[in-house]
Amino acid sequence: MAETPSPTTPTRVTYDYVTRTIARTLGTPSRGYFLLLGAAVTLLGIGIITLLYLLRYGLGLAGYSHPVYWAVFITCFVFWVGIAHSGTLISAILFLFRSGWRTAVYRTAEAMTVFAVMTAGLFPLIHIGRQWYFYWLIPYPNERGLWPNFKSPLIWDEFAIGTYFTVSTLFLIMGLIPDIAAVRDLATGWRKKLYALTSIGWTGSNEQWRHFTRGYLYLAALATPLVLSVHSVVSWDFAMALVPGWHATIFAPYFVAGAIYSGCGMVITLLTPIRTLFGLEELITVKHFENLAKLCLLTGSIVGYAYACEYFIAWYSGNPTERAAFWYRAFGPYWWATWTMIICNGFLPLLLWVKKIRTNITALFVISIFVNIGMWFERYVIIVVSLAGEPFTKWTNAVYNPTWADWGIMAGSFGWFFMWFLLFVKNFPAVSISEVKEVLPPPRSKPSKAHA
Amino acid sequence: MMALPKPLNDLFRPPPTPGVLGAFSQLDTTVAAIKKLRAAGQTDFTVYSPIPRHEIEDALGQPVSPVRAFTLVGGIAGCAIGAWITLWMSADWPIVVGGKPVGSIPPYVVIMFEMTILFGALSTILGILFNSLFAARRLGTILYDPRFTNDRFGIFVPAGSDKVAKAESLLREAGAEEVRRG
Repeated sequence: MAETPSPTTPTRVTYDYVTRTIARTLGTPSRGYFLLLGAAVTLLGIGIITLLYLLRYGLGLAGYSHPVYWAVFITCFVFWVGIAHSGTLISAILFLFRSGWRTAVYRTAEAMTVFAVMTAGLFPLIHIGRQWYFYWLIPYPNERGLWPNFKSPLIWDEFAIGTYFTVSTLFLIMGLIPDIAAVRDLATGWRKKLYALTSIGWTGSNEQWRHFTRGYLYLAALATPLVLSVHSVVSWDFAMALVPGWHATIFAPYFVAGAIYSGCGMVITLLTPIRTLFGLEELITVKHFENLAKLCLLTGSIVGYAYACEYFIAWYSGNPTERAAFWYRAFGPYWWATWTMIICNGFLPLLLWVKKIRTNITALFVISIFVNIGMWFERYVIIVVSLAGEPFTKWTNAVYNPTWADWGIMAGSFGWFFMWFLLFVKNFPAVSISEVKEVLPPPRSKPSKAHA
Repeated sequence: MMALPKPLNDLFRPPPTPGVLGAFSQLDTTVAAIKKLRAAGQTDFTVYSPIPRHEIEDALGQPVSPVRAFTLVGGIAGCAIGAWITLWMSADWPIVVGGKPVGSIPPYVVIMFEMTILFGALSTILGILFNSLFAARRLGTILYDPRFTNDRFGIFVPAGSDKVAKAESLLREAGAEEVRRG
């Protein structure tokens, strides 16, 4: 697509080098990989055992206490949906903007999107308590003659998340097909059979590319408004309610910026080990990390501005309940959560103004972990602290504390996410082969005028 | 190869087409070959490339893919389905929520929007699959080389025994590094 050779890739990187380097990541895994996979499966096991306990003894095992009935599970739901967002930003929005640098990192980000939405989707199901009635969410003709209430933001959310999961999965699979064909043509044994089946006859003929490139463009164009809508709809789960601290028009852009901020953090967290483990240093360069850091800086600054705005409006509105809610947030019993969020999301990204930090991968890795911690606490503060501090029910306040059941499910969600992600990067090309080639100068018999 | 039932076999494994396959290691020689073939009146040849390139697309001068019609129809259908399920289901179980009309358009816009995207994306995928499948049916089973997904470009010219020699020399002249018959 992009005519200009990417400044991020050295010239000795040829088409053949790209195919072989990426195909090599699919070889026999190292011990380190199995250790990571084992850790993920162990965490998932903890989650499954906790879920079995919750099924047997009920949601009372979790820390719910009046008036906090949306707690760690919903926090994790919003956290994981947020993580998903930067994947679509990188794969679809930057595709429409023709950003050459996205090609090396977008596949990892898009896979992260799919697995993060898969993880997020588990939480509302766990939170409803009786998982075996989950299908009541779906509008289907039933003997009770009931239909869902389409005026409820929770139903909007179901449609938004369902669409998001479907579309981002299709987008990931569609982009994978030419690359699976490329590794099919190098692979041997059972892998060859697997890739022959999953590349559904891709040969790279002009007819295939003609329909593929068009279709891919439209998928990107559909995914772009979708990603902006999904976190807006998630934010309306809160903003449509009258709880002080939730009921704000700023919520949709504030949530979308926060989502992309946390997602870029997670992309950095995931890419750092993958790059070293798989020897992809020449394809995923410091320049890519710097660009991700710039996205973090931009969205982190929007998040910081949104925090300032929320507090300013709480004071400026003169509404006593709103003021009380925000006072409670910053100086109430949960002050530590609020200040963790403000420091990690409002101030930490400001370090990224410094080029030395932006280009230091170790520093970025550490910062990205704090970004994730900060964004988890942001959702905790918005959900739990707003409910706990609700002035209308102050007299009934119980102290809310998450229990082992909350933490067990949360640990399980990390295991579930990392298990799928690790299985994906070892079995399918984790870096797009054809799209990395697109930003390289093509082989020519004589140097073209454009590149002379 | 795995045996398929006859109707599936007819669909996915069309009979082989005789012709000539040329492999090219450079983009500009590939483009030159395409131009020569078109000048010689050939239109039914296939170009393989590891990546999509505008140079190849321009040289082939094909019409824009009909996938866009699939996207448009799918999107409009999705929007209509979104409007229909929300309004009809509200009317089928009329219950006043929050003092609002039974069929309130503003909240339903969210559902209509999501359904537009969902159906638009699904029909785009179907569009890609169908159009590629129809093209494959039209071309028959043609020669292929595994290097075409790595770093080589290829052109397959379907030709009967009388025209093979001409097609072969044309590909060689254009700069093909390898030519074989099938």
